[in-house]
Amino acid sequence: MASKATGRWLVLAVPYLWLLALFLVPFLIVFKISLSQDAIAQPPYLPTFDLSGGWALFRENFAELSFENYGYVLSWDNEFIEAYGSSLWIAGISTILLLLVGYPIAYGMARAPKSIRPTLLMLVILPFWTSFLIRVYAWIGILSPEGLLNQLLFALGIVNRDAPLQILNTDTAVYIGIVYSYLPFMILPLYAALEKMDETLLEAAADLGCPPFAAFWKITWPLSLPGVFAGCLLCFIPAVGEFVIPDLLGGSDTLMIGKVLWTEFSVNRSWTVSSAVAVLLLMVLVIPIVFYQNLQAREMERR
Amino acid sequence: MNTGVTEKTQKTIGGIRRSFAPWNDPQAVPLIQYKNVTKRFGEFVAVDNLSLDIYEREFFALLGPSGCGKTTLMRMLAGFEDPTEGQILLAGQDLVGTPPYKRQTNMMFQSYALFPHMTVWDNIAFGLRQDRMEKGAVNARVEEMLKLVKLEKFGKRKPHQLSGGQRQRVALARSLAKRPKVLLLDEPLGALDKKLREETQFELMDIQMELGMTFLIVTHDQEEAMTVADRIAVMNQGRLVQVDQPAVIYEHPNSRYVADFVGDVNILDATVEAVEPGMITLRPLAAPERRFRIAQDCPAKPGDSVAIALRPEKMRVEFDAPADPNVNCLQGEIWDIGYLGDLSIYHVELPGGARVKAAKPNLTRMVERPITWDDKVYVYFSPDAGVVLTS
Repeated sequence: MASKATGRWLVLAVPYLWLLALFLVPFLIVFKISLSQDAIAQPPYLPTFDLSGGWALFRENFAELSFENYGYVLSWDNEFIEAYGSSLWIAGISTILLLLVGYPIAYGMARAPKSIRPTLLMLVILPFWTSFLIRVYAWIGILSPEGLLNQLLFALGIVNRDAPLQILNTDTAVYIGIVYSYLPFMILPLYAALEKMDETLLEAAADLGCPPFAAFWKITWPLSLPGVFAGCLLCFIPAVGEFVIPDLLGGSDTLMIGKVLWTEFSVNRSWTVSSAVAVLLLMVLVIPIVFYQNLQAREMERR
Repeated sequence: MNTGVTEKTQKTIGGIRRSFAPWNDPQAVPLIQYKNVTKRFGEFVAVDNLSLDIYEREFFALLGPSGCGKTTLMRMLAGFEDPTEGQILLAGQDLVGTPPYKRQTNMMFQSYALFPHMTVWDNIAFGLRQDRMEKGAVNARVEEMLKLVKLEKFGKRKPHQLSGGQRQRVALARSLAKRPKVLLLDEPLGALDKKLREETQFELMDIQMELGMTFLIVTHDQEEAMTVADRIAVMNQGRLVQVDQPAVIYEHPNSRYVADFVGDVNILDATVEAVEPGMITLRPLAAPERRFRIAQDCPAKPGDSVAIALRPEKMRVEFDAPADPNVNCLQGEIWDIGYLGDLSIYHVELPGGARVKAAKPNLTRMVERPITWDDKVYVYFSPDAGVVLTS
C-alpha cells in the first residue's frame, strides 16, 4: 500500500516539479529583475542578491527593489500602452480572420470521407516540418514589390508594373503572416470538435423541419463552440506577444509589444524595463488563459 | 404501467383493435405506398423492386436481420435516402425528391439523436418552433408531450443528466410533438434492458392508440414486432418475404426463412407420400420408417421434397410408446434439457443423429418421475401442429 501511495505522489510530483522549475522559478527571476534598476554592470542591473553578505546585506538589497519600471512602462508619455493596445488589436483581428479561414477548412475535413481524413490532418501539420523562421522569410519573397504575388498580378495585367502592390512592411503583411502561421492551431481544435459531432443530429434536425443552413446555426455551430474558444485562445494568446512576424513582415509603424520588448532588451539594453514589459504582458494574458482553463474544466466535467 | 389511458378506453381500444383490418378492405386507401421501389448503393441492392401498402392508424413492423434493407426502406420514407427506382406515396403524394425537412413524417432515432446543448423542453419544442407555431401553443404542446411520456419534472434537464430510459422517452416525445402523419421508429428500444423494453412496448401501443397515429417500426427483435405490431413485414435481402398479422406469421409461415426467423422452430426435411383434401402424408428424412400426417391443403405432389415446421411448444415429450401407429410421433433420447423456469426445453436426439426441440410448461412444482438426460422418450404432435413448407 505504502509503495502504491508513493508511486501516486511521484506521478503527481513530476508535472508540478516541471512547472516549478521551468515556469515559476524563471518567472520569479524575471519579476525580480523588473523590480531592479539599470546599471552598467554584469548583469546590467542592481541590486544582485549576494548571499555571502549575510542577512543585513540581503535586507539592504531588498529595500532597493521598487516598482519604478512599472510606472515608466505604464506612463502615457511612453509608447508602451499604445503597443499593448495595438498588439491586442492586431491579435484580435488576426484571430477573427483565422476563425473565418479555419472553420470552413475544419468543417470540410470533418465531413470528408473517413479514409482521407488522416491525409488531410497530415497536410495541415505539414508546414511544421519547415522552420517557422524560413516560412516567414518566404512570405517576404511573395509579398515584396518585386515578389511572386506582384509578378503574378503584372502578368495577369491586374496591376501596373510602375505601381506594385505595397503589402510588405504594412499591417496587412502582419495579418497575412499571423493567419498563415497560426492556422493549424485554429484548425486542429475546431476539427476535433466538429469530428466528434454525431451526424444523426443533423438528420434529426432535418426530420423536425429544419433546413440545412438553419441546422448549421442551431446545431453544428453551438456544438463546435468549445473548439472555437480553444482555437481562438490558442491563436490569440501567442499572437499578442508575437515578435518575428511583425519584425520581418511589418513596417516601422507596426507597433507590437513583442517588438518593443525586443528593442528595450537588445537596443536599449534595459533588462529591467523589458522585464517589466514581459510581466505586464503576462498579466494581460492571464485573463484569457484563466478563461480557457475554466472552459476546459467545464468541458471535462460534462463527460 | 399506466400511460394515462383509462380502463374504459382501453376496453374500447381492444374492441377497435379486434376489428381493425383495413388491409382486408378493398375500399381502404393506403396511407403509405411503396411502388416498385429499388435502392442500390453502388453494386449493393439494399431494396429490391419492393411494393408495400401501409394503412392509416396501423402499427406496422419491418422485421429482418441486419442488412436486410429494413432501415433503408424507412429512411427512404423519412427522406434521408432517395430510391434509385420507384415511387413512395404518402397520402397519395409522391415523396421522391422532397427534402426531409418538408415531409410530414417524424423519426425516432436508434441513437435518440437528442440535441446535447438543449434542454429536454427545447428538444421537444424544436420541431414546433421550426414550424413557427406561436409561443403559447408551443408551451401547451410541449407540456402535453412531457405528460404523455411522464417526464413533467424533467423539462429543464439536459440530455446528459437523464437515464437511458428517460432519454428514450424524450426522443419519443420530440418525434411525436409535431403530430406527424407517420411516426418512424428505428430500433427504438434497442438500448433498453429487457424489463424496461417490455414495459415500453406496451406504452408505445397505448400511445399509438391514444393519438390515433400511424407507426412504422424497424426492428430485428421478433418478439418486439409480434408484441406491438398490427402487421409485420418479414424482410430478407431487400425483399418482402411475408406480410401479415403476427399470429399468421407465427402459425402459418410461408417459407423456411420466415418459420426460422420468427420464433423457435424445428424444421424437418421430408418427402411427400400422399396428398388428400385437407391432409398430407409425409416421410421425414430423419426417421424414414415413420409417417407424418399434417392437416393442410398443400399444392405439393407425391414425391416432392418439402419441409415441416414444428414449433417446440406444440410438441409433447412422453415415456410411453404410441398405442395407435397412425399418430405423429418420433422416438429418441434426451440429449439436453434447458430449464427456463416457466418452461423446460427438451432436446431429443433421433436415432439418425438429428435433434428436435420440444417445450413443456412446468405446470407443477414437483414431478413424480421427471424426464432426465439419456431417457428414451417419444415426441408427439397433432396433425394441425405442423406446417408444410414448399419453399
